Amino acid sequence: MQTPASFEYERATSVEGAIASLARLGSDARVIAGGHSLLPMMKLRLAEPAHLIDINDLEGELSYIRDDGGEIAIGALTRHVDLLGSDFLAEHFPVFRDAEEVIADPVVRNRGTIGGSLCQADAAEDLSAVCTAVKAKVVIRGTGGSRTVSMEEFHVGPYVTAVGDGELLTEIRLPLFPGAGSAHEKVERRAGDWAIAAASAAVWLDSSTISNAGIGLSAVGLTTIHLTRAEELLKGKPPSEELFAQAAEIASEDCSPMADGRGPVDYKRHLAGVLTKRALSRATARALNQEA
Amino acid sequence: MQVTITINGEQVSRDVEPRMLLVHFIRETPGLTGTHWGCDTSNCGACVVLMDGKAVKSCTTLAAMCEGHEIRTVESLEVDGRLDPIQMGFHEQHALQCGFCTPGMLMTARALLDENPNPTDLEIRTAISGAICRCTGYKNIVSAVRWAAEYEAAAAKQEV
Repeated sequence: MQTPASFEYERATSVEGAIASLARLGSDARVIAGGHSLLPMMKLRLAEPAHLIDINDLEGELSYIRDDGGEIAIGALTRHVDLLGSDFLAEHFPVFRDAEEVIADPVVRNRGTIGGSLCQADAAEDLSAVCTAVKAKVVIRGTGGSRTVSMEEFHVGPYVTAVGDGELLTEIRLPLFPGAGSAHEKVERRAGDWAIAAASAAVWLDSSTISNAGIGLSAVGLTTIHLTRAEELLKGKPPSEELFAQAAEIASEDCSPMADGRGPVDYKRHLAGVLTKRALSRATARALNQEA
Repeated sequence: MQVTITINGEQVSRDVEPRMLLVHFIRETPGLTGTHWGCDTSNCGACVVLMDGKAVKSCTTLAAMCEGHEIRTVESLEVDGRLDPIQMGFHEQHALQCGFCTPGMLMTARALLDENPNPTDLEIRTAISGAICRCTGYKNIVSAVRWAAEYEAAAAKQEV
């Protein structure tokens, strides 16, 4: 029987209260929302928080997807099922729907949240790649106020984020620019499994050229891979299959997968390239309203 | 800590450790052993129950998190000797062999039909993709859910 080690449980009734508890308890405390990443970690003793702060009652404050002055704001407690179901989000960033369709299974998606997924900071986790591709910023709140960081600053290392003791991830912000297209491509062993490899891509087109691009890779390194070298290659050039093939080559080179039960290194490198090319092609077709 | 959860319409209270999982609370306190405790890793779906009408995996939910919420288990499906159409469908279509996955399959399917009364086969397969059956190969389970959807549609027509 797998059971977490003992801990004290506290249910937050407000964001402010949750932050106050986190500040008081310091590094001994963890936030629990859906629990579908944290509880398995606790069962395996990979995490042994002495205190859990349950934020599930804070849906009123932390569960939303809304247009907020040129950006889309997503509350940290927004569950996968709601991200999948949001036509508004899919209209601007279809990459979220692509990813949500293949994150775990529908029953897990009823509970798991975007904030929990990001804070888990597992390299194989899909939404970290998605948020990297669409150049999301995350809002971290503490007793002294809020700060906003890029995904690059947010990911400190494997399973480690910029969210410090006494802080709570409260919001994910997606900047809106015209000409956007985005897509997520994932290969997994079976339904609901972690990715063997996955690629998220976003492109922003300015008439016939790519004005900006974002690419994030899952499961092919110790952390989410941000393909900055490929992004630079794409900028200012007209989209083409040849260009995307070059970006795919960079993806294969710049990832650093490990051999495991999901496959050997050369296969994963190959897959990272193939999926990057597919994601870029589909993102571009969507930006041009030409998706097959 | 004292935890009170409404299970199948009845309030159940117990002093538990915060680390107690919902699946054990359900099985031990009211003694409702229909909810199966399977993989313990949220992969197999044998422990699925409904929380406020939504399917959740009770092996990856703390009992403490369910205080104030309504839980529905497989035992609530049959009422006064009358099977739920989902149960009838599993019987009619031979959708189980060993039966271990069945409580989770039934509750997952119940949640699906409550939300989407006329699902396509693909929607059924997607809905049960978080539940593992090692006997049937899923074909008969999909048929059973379809059977139940059609039965409920016909029953609703008769009522009108």
